[in-house]
Amino acid sequence: MADSQNILSMKGITKSFPGVVALEDVDFSLRKGEVHALIGENGAGKSTLIKALTGVEHPDAGSIELDGKLIQVRSPQHSQELGISTVYQEINLCTNISVAENIMLGFEPHNFSGIDWKKMNALASQAMKRLDVDIDVTQPLGNFSVAIQQMVAIVRSLEVASAKILILDEPTSSLDVNETDQLFGVIRKLKGEGIGIVFITHFLDQVYEIADRITVLRNGKLVGTYNTASLPRIELIGKMLGRSLTELDEVSKTKQKSEQKKDKEILVEAKGLGLTGSIEPIDFELKFNEVVGFAGLLGSGRTELANLIFGIDTPDTGSLTIRGKKISHFSPLASLENGIALCPEDRKAEGIVGDLTIRENIILALQARYGWFKFIGTQKQYEIAEKYIKLLGIATPSPDQLVKNLSGGNQQKVILARWLATDPQVLILDEPTRGIDVGAKAEIQKLVLQLAQEGKSIIFISSELEEVLRTSHRIVVMRDHKKAAEYPGDVDDHTIIQTMAGIL
Amino acid sequence: MNNNTPLIKRIRENRLFWPLVALALIFIFDAIFSPGFFKLGILDGHLFGNLIDVFNNAAPLMLVALGMTLVIATGGVDLSVGAVIAISAAMGSVLINPVLGNVQITNAVAADPNLTHTPLWLVVVVTMLAGTLCGLWNGMLVSRGKISPMVATLILMVAGRGIAQLITNGQIMTVYYTPYFWFGNGFILGLPVSIYIVAIVYILAWLLVRKTSIGLFIESVGLNSKSTYYSGISEKNVKLFAYAFCGFCGAIAGLILGSYIHAIDANNIGLNYELDAIFAVVIGGTLMSGGRFSLLASVVGALIIWTFTITMYIFGVPANALLAGRAVLVLVVILLYSDYARLILNRFVERKGPRHDATN
Amino acid sequence: MQRIKFFLINNGPLLTTITIFVLVYVAGGRLYPAMQKPQVFFNLFINTAALLIVSIGMTFVILTKGIDLSVAGMIALTSAASAALLVNGFNPVVVMLLMLLMGIVFGIAMGSIIHYLKVEPFIVTLMGLFFARGMAFIITLSSLTIKDPVYRYLALTKLPIPLFAKAYVYIPSLVGPVLLLVAIYLANFTRFGRTVYAIGNNEQSAMLMGLPVARTKIAVYAFGGFCSALAGIVFSISLLSGYGGYAPGMELDAIASVVIGGTMLTGGVGNVIGTLFGVLINGTIVSILQFNGTLSSWWTRIGVGALTLIFIGIQSLFYMRKKHS
Repeated sequence: MADSQNILSMKGITKSFPGVVALEDVDFSLRKGEVHALIGENGAGKSTLIKALTGVEHPDAGSIELDGKLIQVRSPQHSQELGISTVYQEINLCTNISVAENIMLGFEPHNFSGIDWKKMNALASQAMKRLDVDIDVTQPLGNFSVAIQQMVAIVRSLEVASAKILILDEPTSSLDVNETDQLFGVIRKLKGEGIGIVFITHFLDQVYEIADRITVLRNGKLVGTYNTASLPRIELIGKMLGRSLTELDEVSKTKQKSEQKKDKEILVEAKGLGLTGSIEPIDFELKFNEVVGFAGLLGSGRTELANLIFGIDTPDTGSLTIRGKKISHFSPLASLENGIALCPEDRKAEGIVGDLTIRENIILALQARYGWFKFIGTQKQYEIAEKYIKLLGIATPSPDQLVKNLSGGNQQKVILARWLATDPQVLILDEPTRGIDVGAKAEIQKLVLQLAQEGKSIIFISSELEEVLRTSHRIVVMRDHKKAAEYPGDVDDHTIIQTMAGIL
Repeated sequence: MNNNTPLIKRIRENRLFWPLVALALIFIFDAIFSPGFFKLGILDGHLFGNLIDVFNNAAPLMLVALGMTLVIATGGVDLSVGAVIAISAAMGSVLINPVLGNVQITNAVAADPNLTHTPLWLVVVVTMLAGTLCGLWNGMLVSRGKISPMVATLILMVAGRGIAQLITNGQIMTVYYTPYFWFGNGFILGLPVSIYIVAIVYILAWLLVRKTSIGLFIESVGLNSKSTYYSGISEKNVKLFAYAFCGFCGAIAGLILGSYIHAIDANNIGLNYELDAIFAVVIGGTLMSGGRFSLLASVVGALIIWTFTITMYIFGVPANALLAGRAVLVLVVILLYSDYARLILNRFVERKGPRHDATN
Repeated sequence: MQRIKFFLINNGPLLTTITIFVLVYVAGGRLYPAMQKPQVFFNLFINTAALLIVSIGMTFVILTKGIDLSVAGMIALTSAASAALLVNGFNPVVVMLLMLLMGIVFGIAMGSIIHYLKVEPFIVTLMGLFFARGMAFIITLSSLTIKDPVYRYLALTKLPIPLFAKAYVYIPSLVGPVLLLVAIYLANFTRFGRTVYAIGNNEQSAMLMGLPVARTKIAVYAFGGFCSALAGIVFSISLLSGYGGYAPGMELDAIASVVIGGTMLTGGVGNVIGTLFGVLINGTIVSILQFNGTLSSWWTRIGVGALTLIFIGIQSLFYMRKKHS
């Protein structure tokens, strides 16, 4: 165990927030000149781990050693001083000033008349050339592609912060193949200079192309750290999803397969439905009284598809028909009137209105459908609210409690209640059990099955394969923004994982 | 708050609490230092006294505060309220003018108290229309044009005075037609007409926001416009309504103001109303960032401002001298209601304060 | 060729503004031959002396994505305070320095509330506007005349312009152009200036880059206050009096000049040279209206409002396009 090779050693990192344990006893180490990939689905704890390293959050427990010395990272500023630099997906630079300024501002050379532009431009140009990038550094950063902007961000952290550790957070999300190659060339060069690189990504291909080691996180816990060379892709996915392939457990299927009537009518039909830059043209059907599960890794396009169906985005190719009627106008209100409901992925930003009460949140969509003047009287509002509080088991002393004070699980139930109150025929659930404690998770899964039994059609999106398998009559696997395959509900998870991996 | 909260706590947490306390403090001050303040007499068959003056003067501000409340609740602001008052009142005055238009009335015949070129009801309707149109203009810029409310209404705030002056050709339009004076000076059952007008508009507003879903939608849009959109609510139309209503309120305020002083001066009518309107709204606990609002609290806020102003008049302090104080007070009130500001100020005070060790 | 293309793209808005100025001026000259006299051009600088100074300060504030609605109030306050002090026998130079100091302190106060207490700039500076006017009214309820000889000298002395017979400006008219040069230097050759641009583009990023965001933001409002006070001095010289009601609505004229000059309200884009031309366009419109004689001066307010709206609209379109590409 060559500990002396480690420039970074994080041990036992634990961090909790109200209602959720984000990280539990996680270890992470980084060697000199190594590219170490950090992998996990949303909510796995990757960003919290990085925030602990960069001083944005302070861990509740655990230690961080840099070059063998114990450190306390006080703030992002401090982490930069320690030599830890981060390049985020949203480039944290300023697009209106020149490349040279983005590299050097704050440390720019001066002469007697102020900023020495000539010298600054020369130094910046040199620095970029060291990474084999030759551009006009006097142009505003915004004139260049995201790929180049990323290079500039990397150069700044090297030049200015003399980074020993470089954290790249989803650096390739906006890059095309050539730009990714260029970035990897830079990464290899930095490797050679002894800089340790933490590479966070959900593109497994790239992990295998560039990373020396892989650390997998799941639900805030460390699954393991592996040498890339000795971990086949299929096993990696299994570890990410918590499926062990040596023990294919029998997932108890509580859905009634006998319910599957042969010729169910088509409720929702998408033909070539797509949006440039978001979803490739896709064909799929949702029949009456069925649950279709959408499986896929982060970034596969499931949420984008859900947003298209619900009308948040307007497609530019293909068509969507509901009960035979073609949708001409895409908007949440139109969907509401057509009987489609969406529980969005981001509870806080897109779901709840935190400062309104439970009652108000629950009747919101229903009221939207009724319009301005057909007011649901206060009495009726309380009735509806009480009904769903009881039905879904929302833990609260009263319907007048503000939703922001509820736990994640209860907030999710409130959103669910909001949409159930509109009596939809199609319910799209996007990651309904993410970030929720185990007890609430089970409740919601049970609820979904119940709803399906009662006759609703459900699109169930989740990164947790178990729940998708448990509840769906059919499963659509998304990969790279298009539909990869479609399977009946009794497919085995091995097949799904292989599809997600691109093997099938 | 559930039903188990003690009554005292519930009273304290009610939005009206602090505004009413502030009002009470001013009344107490008057009671001590100027007991004549509360004297009400009967004159010409109607009530007469300082309190009546307070209400008559506060009425236009109360109306504007009602409109401003809805706009601020959606997360916006309307800086053009003064200009809207001017435009609406100006429209009315040129219609009443017996020679129709912005010609100054000099001729004794034209200054006939029974002469109006346009029937009064039409004058009122046109005034209201003018204000509402201004509101719609602002609303369109904000909701469809995606221009920030501050900028959009700032443009009308300045250009609007120009428009008002255009309408009156820079003249101060004196009105001689006596029925017009009724709005700002008349009495029904001994009480000023303006109070009734405010009451009607208040009831209308209350019905609109609490007996339809508009109030809930406004609060929802102000608190989290994205979630509101995902729930199927049209944020654009909600905002459009708020600004239009604010314009409408400005128009009626203009009617009362013009009627009260019998003249419309495009440059000065409704001057600084935006300051007082914002003050009335924030003192009622509505946050500038939007969300929950209380119409009644804003009305009380307007009352506070005018009770204070009239009190100062009695002590010989002219209005303009109060301007600086009012400005500071608005900021103070905003900071008091801002969680973040209180947090920072607490931390600041703690650092400077004495340290208490465990041994004490 | 590439260089020329980049130059055009990077300076498009500025070039557009200059073109518009030239077009409007030439159009005015065609309509009213009397406008073709050289003095008319120099009158632009005389008439917009205060506006130019205030707009330069406003440019920096808007570049950081902020706004300063208090400028006109500060001008009024400066005029009233100067008049009062001068009436009481204070030395004019001391008065001017005191006014500048007052402007800076005022700006620091507003900037601090904006940055540290996280209150929106428009609200803080709107209250600043009313506060300043209010203080002016407390100093004097009605207009106060300035009889100080130094002020009178500055107000009445004509400076002949070389090469143009019969053309002249007054000394205060030179303050704006000089300040412009200082501003150009600040914007392009100091860390302060470049940080201003960075903050306007992305304050988060600027902070993460380790730039002195707090100091710069407060300094920007302090500079704005300084400019407002300086403009107030120029204003009081021009009118030789002080009053709390002066310069009504000038905040919009300043904002309009800045916006028409190509600086975006969304921050990070624009420069003071554009503001100069925005001010000149404003002045030209006023001139044209004066030469016309029949159209009343309130058309200026409406015209400025309309122009501002159009330019904001164009900016909006650009912004939307950029976001989607």
